[in-house]
This record gives sequence, structure tokens and C-alpha cells, in this order.
Amino acid sequence: MKNIEELSKELGYSVFSMEEAGAIILDGYTSDLLSDVMGNASEDCALITIQAHKNTVAVASLIGIRAIILCNGRTPASDMVEAAAREKIALLGTEENQFTVSFRLAQALGKV
Amino acid sequence: MQTIPINTYNSPTVILELIYRLKVKDVMTRKLISAPLGSTMRTVQNLMRENSITGVPVVLGNRLLGIVSMDDIIRALDFGYIQEPVEKHMTKNLILLEDDMPVSFAISYFDRYSFHRFPVLNKNKELVGMVTTRDITTRLLLEINREVENLERMNQTTTVTDGLAKDVHSFSILKHDFENAGFASTQIKKKLKSSGVFPPIIRRAAIASYELEMNIVVHSNGGKITAEYGPHEVVITCEDSGPGIPDLNKAMEKGFSTANEWIRSLGFGAGMGLPNVQSVSDEFSIESSPKGTIVRSTILFNEPHEIGKENTNEEH
Repeated sequence: MKNIEELSKELGYSVFSMEEAGAIILDGYTSDLLSDVMGNASEDCALITIQAHKNTVAVASLIGIRAIILCNGRTPASDMVEAAAREKIALLGTEENQFTVSFRLAQALGKV
Repeated sequence: MQTIPINTYNSPTVILELIYRLKVKDVMTRKLISAPLGSTMRTVQNLMRENSITGVPVVLGNRLLGIVSMDDIIRALDFGYIQEPVEKHMTKNLILLEDDMPVSFAISYFDRYSFHRFPVLNKNKELVGMVTTRDITTRLLLEINREVENLERMNQTTTVTDGLAKDVHSFSILKHDFENAGFASTQIKKKLKSSGVFPPIIRRAAIASYELEMNIVVHSNGGKITAEYGPHEVVITCEDSGPGIPDLNKAMEKGFSTANEWIRSLGFGAGMGLPNVQSVSDEFSIESSPKGTIVRSTILFNEPHEIGKENTNEEH
């Protein structure tokens, strides 16, 4: 079991917002379709996506996702960073694509 | 002279819409008591007494020839021709309504003419009904009641259902307003949280309200989300003002979407919205016409969730 700060350091993510560094991440979910995230992602997971806008934060907040990892070097708009801080959802970024992030996060969480 | 105290040109919009939407055939009496040509005034008098009516059309088959009113009968009794045939004494100079005319026509006719009733003909000039002021006011009261109920529901105020005071929240949602999308669902979630509702239930309500909210943002001309909180359930209603869903079965299919590229690039339009709502709802209904779509999702606080199957990741 690892918290957001540990995972972020271990996997080398850049940090756009991290209000609750100690929040525990249990799982990951990879999708760019917000309805799919809404219907299928579990609570306390990290969302791996390229959707770098505010609506992603709204979805995350509504279903209890604790961290959003933006892939392919996408940078969030400032209103997305503000929303993430307000909702206490960690907003992280990486140059890696969704496949690589999924694979490495699963390893770090001991899923594989 | 009987009039209906409704102004047909500058009444409130709701009333104007109503009197133009309702047709004469929606308010008229279809059960006709008529006298065939050749009957006597006495026969008509008896018909009136037996049926407690004050006007009887005189017909030949389906064709209207005249009307005998209570006044005509009184005059016949006064002047001693009650045994004579109706065709000699009926009113032949008739003002007619057509069944497809809006009720507003009938209302202005009652204002303009001194008749107590108007016969209604269809396109083929056949007599199909009669309209009195009472027919119109009864139907209007029913419809106005329904409109007022809707207005109350839309108006963020407390409304009373089944004798229980319920909290009702309503949120206006604008077309393509991605900026504020999620506000209604967040408010609904907060309200349920502060009421101590079980978290998995809150999650289901959040999913339903968010998907419905996004549907209004993405697909409609704008609309409203209403949440009605009861002691045992929350009912989330999504109403928009069009353009409607052409094929409801397709819309309920997973993966079917009509969203454009721009919407999809934002991560919406995955074709999972309505199926998601249905799968988290204990009761679900949808109706759609070009005038608008209404989706209602009920989520019970206590009942085990059995409709559809939501991925709850129970292994954690």
C-alpha cells in the first residue's frame, strides 16, 4: 500500500497539485472516456489519462478518484490545477504514454 | 352571455401555449344527444329533461341542420307550437367550430357570440361534438393544475408529495457549458453526504446526475436537473428543451453516440452515458420528443441494488 507522494517520487512524476500527499492509492484506471471512468473506475484509484481539463477533475471528485496522472507530456490548464487543489485530488504528469504508466503503476502497487 | 375569463392574446405564456396547444376536439363532448329531422319540439323538450341539457342539435345522419335551445322550447310553450316539427323553429343560423381549431378560437367565440354551446364539425362537415364553456373550463383547470405542478417542481422550492415535505433542488444547465459542468452533481453529492447516506449509494447518485448533466451540456439546447430528496430515495430528473433523441433504443446501447469529434476529444460522447445512468438506478425512465427529453432516475437509500450491474470492485 502506497500513498501518492511515495508513488509520485518512485515513478518520477511531475507534480501540478498535491494537497493530500498521504492519501493511499489502491488501484489504477486507464481511460480517456469520462463516462467509462465514471461507470467503471473504483474509489481510491489513480486515473491514467490524457484528458487535461477541468471536467476530468469533476469526474474524479464525484467518484472518489484520488490522483490523476496526465500522460504524453500533456500539461493541465490553470483552471484544472485550481480545481484539483480545491477537490484535494493529486494532479501529476509524465512524458510516458498510458500503456507505460499503467504497467509501471501496476508494478509499483504490487498488482503484477 | 357566457364568457371564459381568459385573455387569448396577452395571458401568461403557459396559458397561451395551453390554449393554442389544446384543440377543440380535446375539450368537446363527444357523446351527442341529438334529434333527427322530423322530431317535434315536444320530443326535444323531453330529451332536454331526461338528459339535463339545454341545447339539442337537429341532424340528418351526421349532417347538422340546426339547434334547438332551451329558449326555443320556452317560446314554443309560450306560443303554443310545442307539437310542431323542429325544422320550423330550430335555430338555423349557426356558428360552428372545427375540431382541429385551437381552444383559443372557442374561447373568443364564447366572448363574441351569445350562444351557450357551439357544435363541432370535422373536416368532412360531419357533426362530431358540442362545446360548452364548462367543457373548456374543466379541461383548462386540469391542464393548469398540471402546469403549476411542473412549475413548482422546477422552482427549487419545497414541494409536498404524499404529505411529506421534500427538499427539491433544481439547476439550470446551459448548452455546451463545459465550464460549469459537474456543479449540479457536486451539489447533489454534498447534500446526500451531509444527510449521512451510505457512500456507495452516494456514488451511484453522483454517477447518474453527472451523466445526465453532461447529456444536457453535450447534446441538448439546454435544460434542468432536478433532485428531489425523500426519506428513502433521491429522484434525479433531467429535462431539456430539445432537440430530442431520434432512436431511444440506440441511445441506450453501450457505445452508441452522436457526439461530434470536438466533444469526443474532451472525453465525452463515449456512448456510455445513458447506459451508466440506467445501471446505477433502481428505477429508470426516459421519454423523448423533438420538444425535449425527460430522464428520471430513482436511487433508493436502503434497497439492495439489483438493476443492471455496476462495477463496485469488491475485491478491495
